[in-house]
Amino acid sequence: MTLTATHLWLIPALPLAAAAIGAAMPRRAKAVPIGAALVAMTLSWLLSCAALVGALTDPSGRSVANFDWFSAGTAVIRLGWLLDPLTAFMGTLVCTVSLLVFIFSTAYLRDDPRIGRFFCFLSLFVSAMLGLLVANSLLLLFICWELVGLSSYLLIGFWYEKPAAAAAAKKAFITTRVGDLGLLIGLLWLYHATGTSLFYDGGAGVLESPALGLLGSTLLPGGWAASTAIGLLLFCGAAGKSGQFPLHIWLPDAMEGPTPVSALIHAATMVAAGVFLMARVFPLMAADQGLASVPMHALTGVAVIGAVTALLGAFLAVAQTDIKRVLAYSTVSQLGYMMLAVGVGSWVAAIFHLITHAFFKALLFLGAGSVIHATHHEQDLRRLGGLAGRMRITFVTFAIGSGALVGLPLVFSGFWSKEAILHAAEVWPVSHLPFVAGMTGVALTAFYMTRLVIEVFFGQARSESAAEAHEGPGSMTVPLALLAVGAIGLGWLGTPLWPWLQSRLSGTAVPAHGLGESLPLMVISTTIVLLGMGAGWWCYGRTPRKDARAIDPLARRWPAVYGALAARLGLDELYAATVGRLLTASAGLACFLDRWVWGGLMGAAGRTAEAAGEINQGMDEDGLNAGFDHGSEHLRSGARRYSRAQTGDVQGYLRAVAMGLAVVALLLIWGGVR
Amino acid sequence: MNAVPWLSLVVFLPWLGALLLWLWPKAPSGAVWTLSLAFSGSTLILGALALSCFDPSQSGYQFVERVPWIRTLGIDYHLGLDGMSLLLVLLTGIVAPLALIASLRRVARTRMLALLFLLLQGCALGVFLALDFFPWFIFWELSLVPAFFLIKVWGGPGAGRAAYTFVVITLAGSAGLLLAFAAIHGATGTMNFVDLARLRAEGELTLRLAEYGGTVPTLIFLGVLAGLAVKAPLFPFHAWMPPTYAEAPTGVTMFLTGVMSKMGVYGFFRILWPLFPGDLRDHSGPLLLLAMGGAILGALAALRQTDLKRMLAYSSLNHVSYCLVALFAAAGAVRGQIAAVEPALAGALVQAFNHGLSASALFFCVGVLEARGGGARGLNDFGGVRVAAPLLSLLCGVALFSSLGLPGLNGFVGEFLVFRGLFALSPWAAVAGTIALLATALFLLTFWQRVFHGSRSGVTAGAFADLDAGERAVLVPLVVLMVLLGVVPGLITGLINPLVTHWAASLPLS
Repeated sequence: MTLTATHLWLIPALPLAAAAIGAAMPRRAKAVPIGAALVAMTLSWLLSCAALVGALTDPSGRSVANFDWFSAGTAVIRLGWLLDPLTAFMGTLVCTVSLLVFIFSTAYLRDDPRIGRFFCFLSLFVSAMLGLLVANSLLLLFICWELVGLSSYLLIGFWYEKPAAAAAAKKAFITTRVGDLGLLIGLLWLYHATGTSLFYDGGAGVLESPALGLLGSTLLPGGWAASTAIGLLLFCGAAGKSGQFPLHIWLPDAMEGPTPVSALIHAATMVAAGVFLMARVFPLMAADQGLASVPMHALTGVAVIGAVTALLGAFLAVAQTDIKRVLAYSTVSQLGYMMLAVGVGSWVAAIFHLITHAFFKALLFLGAGSVIHATHHEQDLRRLGGLAGRMRITFVTFAIGSGALVGLPLVFSGFWSKEAILHAAEVWPVSHLPFVAGMTGVALTAFYMTRLVIEVFFGQARSESAAEAHEGPGSMTVPLALLAVGAIGLGWLGTPLWPWLQSRLSGTAVPAHGLGESLPLMVISTTIVLLGMGAGWWCYGRTPRKDARAIDPLARRWPAVYGALAARLGLDELYAATVGRLLTASAGLACFLDRWVWGGLMGAAGRTAEAAGEINQGMDEDGLNAGFDHGSEHLRSGARRYSRAQTGDVQGYLRAVAMGLAVVALLLIWGGVR
Repeated sequence: MNAVPWLSLVVFLPWLGALLLWLWPKAPSGAVWTLSLAFSGSTLILGALALSCFDPSQSGYQFVERVPWIRTLGIDYHLGLDGMSLLLVLLTGIVAPLALIASLRRVARTRMLALLFLLLQGCALGVFLALDFFPWFIFWELSLVPAFFLIKVWGGPGAGRAAYTFVVITLAGSAGLLLAFAAIHGATGTMNFVDLARLRAEGELTLRLAEYGGTVPTLIFLGVLAGLAVKAPLFPFHAWMPPTYAEAPTGVTMFLTGVMSKMGVYGFFRILWPLFPGDLRDHSGPLLLLAMGGAILGALAALRQTDLKRMLAYSSLNHVSYCLVALFAAAGAVRGQIAAVEPALAGALVQAFNHGLSASALFFCVGVLEARGGGARGLNDFGGVRVAAPLLSLLCGVALFSSLGLPGLNGFVGEFLVFRGLFALSPWAAVAGTIALLATALFLLTFWQRVFHGSRSGVTAGAFADLDAGERAVLVPLVVLMVLLGVVPGLITGLINPLVTHWAASLPLS
């Protein structure tokens, strides 16, 4: 069975229906919302597989189904669905990981009274995410993009009684919205320049050669191409969503949400939406590549930000003590790698890494969730320890996930996708900076993951809850095992010897490389990984931590560096001191102007009118006025609370009305007579 | 002329209700409720009827009633309805009964309140339907009287001062409007909007006004502008707005923001756009700057408010300013930008309608909080309402995200169209406008976080009931419409598309 673009809307519609059912249920309902979510998710998964089969039969083709949304004047706003290998692979990925996380969540949140609501929000998220993938219009993508942001907001703040969770939810929404406003401007610009927001529309879409030619050849002041500016604006949105420097600050805080949310949304899928967007609009991003004289190519900006993020995230992950925060900064870093890959021109490598990362990072987060669940919400590395023996399945699968993340050679999927990125960075003609940053990041990744695994699973239990931990039920361990299979097996879809995934994604045959060409890089990076792991073992493994209060070995050696990293380099404080203060000051200024300048002017005008009203006190009142006065007299007698002192105002007003009417009459007569 | 004067019925049925209430001083509370709701609801029923008979492919007026009134002055009793009027009549039909319910629930002396409210509703409808300046202006001015008493008598502690400021500032604006139209009448012998628009299209109006010589034609334009600017309000003529919205009782604030602020926006389209396109174009730069000022400074000022009603009042200034931003940007369009004019104008009307829904819903929610809190409505007076009152939280949350411009809800459609037009017409204004979008998200989410999230504290720590049946009856329809119009915006734009095209085609391009 295959699925065409015309019916593609079913994939996001099913979870949306499940969300609607969940929302319609009473607050404490459990079975129906959960059941609806699971059924819808399974059906969507089947449909996405069908779509993938369809897309694979003809990887170079794409099918679209466009429709009118509404019209404004004579301008018709059109949206559409798009099925191509990128959509199909991403759709299958999102459905698979979502389904596994859904199953895991049934156990993880079993005791939460609002589990029904949880599944409702989760279904809403999946629906919006899938809608984003199948959109054939930047406008529709933006709509889903914002809805994804909404569901992320709702889920980060799911335990909204916790002030930290409520604050984190708001921080995530606002920070990503900063980027989204860039995306919105880019969308408006694109719409204005091309007259459409459709990606593909039989030659008239924004990603097709006439539009690309136009955008790539329209020059702005300063020598910029329009496509560069638009591309960078779209990248603002991608950077916000995908936690790229300098907008990465929300992602670690987002870990206040339930752990399955962290796994699905803030590791595997939503945060990768920015990378997906860049891959989707890659032709636009690359439209300025032919221009030699532009100040900067759009992709160069992407590569630089990606490299900085990859490195920054890895550094910050080293000094975190919360198991989820280590993984969160690791996600920031890995997203940086993906952006880096897009920037150096290999969006295929970025999507390859996105897919493998989704599996192994979801695995790591669910593994962390399994640990947290078993230890009654203990997330501090220093208070865990010694879990390898008590939680064997979790340990083995977590170790597999870690192997994939650090890129242990040959067996693990992360190795192959990371190699693809590093290879692309190595041959990038513009600069070596991304490659160097990538290699450094590899060493750091190996180091912090070794630390994490040793602290959590080895040594001795350093708290009561860690000592009493035991493995969770099958609905938790089975998803872990399935994700572990993916964390290993998926890498073989895209090795240099057999680049199947690459050729399917790009729709063109990618030639296989001999091992000889890629071997030197593999050897170097493997050496770096082993060095990083060795350093990790040297610091943490030789003498495992015995006491939760013992000082971290790194902190003992380099307290200043460790302290700075643990404090996230003070970026949050920097923003509060600059952007935050600027906003507060502008708000204060707006209030001041409002009260004293405009308010003062209006007040003066009011007092003038008041004075004029008093001059009119002696004027006769005509019949209309008397009638009103009578009415107000009646009212006034009813309103006892209002003292007589205020009645002068009423009369003054009524006199003004009478005056006004008299003036009209006079003027009208004067005008009519003339 | 129709057999049945439908539009007169639309305007005068609420007044008939007011008359009946006036004639029945001993009316028991139940009868007041039934009677006033029936007459207030008549607008929606008649509006729906009009909708079903309305030909949306026409840009002209339908259901026209025109009879001579004051022959010596050439004044007609002239009513007519086009897509914009229909939209606003429907908005009035939706918001007015709900605002009336909200008003009646909380007060003693329901009869007097209902009477004044019906008077006010009739005035607003008259403004939306009258096509001759004379009746139009009567409705326009008369609306101040019931509004004044509604604010003053049933409002908060500062209501007296607020009502007074409201009336005086509005009246000052109206004086300009009146003088301007007297001058127009002097030059042309008519004050009929339709006739004047025709004269303007033929170039006659400009010539006649130019006969006054000197700066008089510009002064006439500024006079009309002043009257409309105060009502909408256009920054910086909004000084009356925050205290008035804050002090007026909840239901009245709903009506003020949902319907009466639209009277100003309506006037801009009905009078300024067709009669003074040249002046609008010549002044579009500074006017756009003012409207942008309202959008940005309104949002920023809202950030600092701790009184929730004042916060929403500034938010209203911000949202209504978007309508005017679109209008002024469109008025200044030059050749080659014409494709952006239609989205901008459509966006302004859609935004006006949507703001009517979301702002009145939000004010109602604050009213609910205020009633639970015994008058407390500070940002920090509540906490954990989401635990205590989940349904209120859900409905208020939808309204809030609609106001914030979340796609999928109605607010996004208007803002998208406005920004779509604005970007093409004045890119820098669009970029600057994003500051307002960000600030809006910030204060609305702060509102949400402080009041609804966290643990139960402040007012919420005690007994805190969720919505009762009456409150649900007010909020649910509004929220359903927000979702519906967010997904199917064609329901609104379908009514105004020919009109928007017609307006865009009448632009004097330079």
